[in-house]
Amino acid sequence: MSGLLVMLPGMLSLLQDEGRFGYHRIGLTNGGPLDGRAMHWANRLVHNPSGVTALEVSFGGLELEARVDTLLSVTGGDASLCINAVEKEKWRSHKVAEGDLISIGFAQAFCRSYLAVSGGFQIAPRFGSTATVSREGIGGLNGGKLEPGDLLACEPAGAAPCLRLPETDRPSYARHIQLRVIPGYQDYRFSRLQQRRFFAGIYTVTDRADRMGYRLQGPVIECEIEGILSEGICQGAIQIPADGQPIVLLNDRQTIGGYPKIGSALSLDTAKLAQLMPGSTVRFEPISPYAAHNALHLEASRTQRSVIEACDA
Amino acid sequence: MRIHTAGENALIAYLGEGQSPEVSAQVQQLCAAVESALGSDLVDLVPSYASLLVIYNPLTTDHLAVQACIREAGQSLAAASTGDSKLVTLPVYYSSESGPDLENLANSAGLSVEQVIDIHQQREYRVYAIGFAPGFAYLGEVDQRIAAARLTTPRQKVPRGAVAIADAQTAVYPATSPGGWNLIGLCPQRMFDPDSDPTMPVSVGDRVRFEAINRSRFLAQGGEL
Repeated sequence: MSGLLVMLPGMLSLLQDEGRFGYHRIGLTNGGPLDGRAMHWANRLVHNPSGVTALEVSFGGLELEARVDTLLSVTGGDASLCINAVEKEKWRSHKVAEGDLISIGFAQAFCRSYLAVSGGFQIAPRFGSTATVSREGIGGLNGGKLEPGDLLACEPAGAAPCLRLPETDRPSYARHIQLRVIPGYQDYRFSRLQQRRFFAGIYTVTDRADRMGYRLQGPVIECEIEGILSEGICQGAIQIPADGQPIVLLNDRQTIGGYPKIGSALSLDTAKLAQLMPGSTVRFEPISPYAAHNALHLEASRTQRSVIEACDA
Repeated sequence: MRIHTAGENALIAYLGEGQSPEVSAQVQQLCAAVESALGSDLVDLVPSYASLLVIYNPLTTDHLAVQACIREAGQSLAAASTGDSKLVTLPVYYSSESGPDLENLANSAGLSVEQVIDIHQQREYRVYAIGFAPGFAYLGEVDQRIAAARLTTPRQKVPRGAVAIADAQTAVYPATSPGGWNLIGLCPQRMFDPDSDPTMPVSVGDRVRFEAINRSRFLAQGGEL
C-alpha cells in the first residue's frame, strides 16, 4: 500500500478532517482541527477541497518516510519543514518522491502545524468523520495519536503543479492576542463589575491547555452561582469554574457540563489561541452576535478571494 | 421559553429550571421540531435536562432566523406526556465486590446494603442527558434516601459498566474512565459500542429500570470482575 510511513510520531500528531457533527446526542464531541484556517490552506495547496483528512502536528517532532510520489504541504505554527534534511518553505506545496524523508521540527511559540497530501489520507470514517478524539478513542487509524510504524495511506499524485499562498494571505500569529467574545449563556449571572474585570484583564495561558480546552490564569471572576443544571456546550464557550479562572473550551470538550459560562469566543480567534503555548497572553473583547456573524462572512469571502499561485517544484 | 445566545453559531433554549420528566419531554419535542425545521442549516443539537443547544451553519443562516425557527417550534409543544417512551431494563450485579462504595453509601445513609439495592431498583429513571463521555447517560431522579455526594477524591479508573450514584443522579459508566461517582454495582451490558447499531441501548427521553442479578448470571452475560 502506498502512503507515508511514520518513523517518529512526534509529541501529538492526529489525523483530522473538518470534524464529527450530528453525534453530540450520544456524547461524541466534534474534534477536527484546532486551527481550521491553517488546515484549510494545507488542503487547498495540494489541490484538495477543504475538510479532506490531513495531519495536525502539535509541538512537532514528526518524521515520515514517503512510500509514494505525491504533493505535500505544511501550514500552521512555527515548526520547520525539512525534506531530506533541507529546510523547505511552509504555506506552499512540494513534490516528494518515494524514499524522501519528511520531518517537522519542534515548535517554538506556535504549536500546531498541518500536513496535507494530494487526495488526502485514506482513512475509514467513524461516525461520519475521520477526526481523532483521543479521549473517546474514536477516529484516525486506531482512535489515538500516531505511533511509529503507522502507514498513512494515500494515492500517488498526478502531475499537478505546486502551489503557494502569498505571504499577505497567510494568517498572522502572535504571542499576545485579543479574543473576541460574544456574551451569552449565563452572562447575566456575572455582575457588571465582574464583566468589566473579565474584559479588562490580561490572562496567561497555563500548562493545562490541550485539545479539550485552554485554562487561563488572571483576574479572578466571580459568578453569582456555582453551578448550573448541565447543558450543551458549544465550541469556544468560556467556562468560569469555582476558582474564577476562565477555560476556553475547544474541539475535544465535553458536550455537556454544569459550570457557568460568560459567553463564547469567536472561532477565528480560538484558532490563534490554540496555537499558543504556556506563558502567552490573551485579552478578551466583547462583540455582538451581529459583529461575529459579519466577521465570519468577511473571513469566508477573503478566503474565497485569496489567489494561490503556481510555483516551481 | 427563553432563548439565549450561546456562541457565533449556537443558540440555547431553556424550557424550565429544574429536572422534571415533563420539561425533559418538552425538550425532546423541541429537539425533533427544530431538527426538521432547520434541515441542512443544522449542524448539531444537544438536548439536556431543561435546555436545547442548537448549533447551526452561520454561512447559510443566522441567529435571527434560527431564533425565529426555535420560537415557532416552541409554540406547538403539546402538554408533554412522559410515560410512553421506550423502557429499557439493565441488569446489575450489586455487591461490595462489584460496587466498592456500596457499604459506605449504606452506612452514611443509615440503611442496610440490601435496602440500598432495593431502593435503587424500585424507581423507573429517565434519561435526561447524554454527555461527559460517549454513551454516558444521566439518569434521574434517585430516591433521596440513597442520593450521595460525589467522592472528594475522584478515582483514576472506574471500570466499564460501573453503576454509580452522584447526588440525585445515577448512571452506568460506558467505558473505563476517571470518575468521582459512588460505585454500587456492575452492569454486564455495553452502554456504548461504536461497532454495533444502535451504538447505545438508550437515548435521551427513554425510561430505565435496574434489575439485580447474581454473580454467576453477571459472568454468564459477559460481565468481567
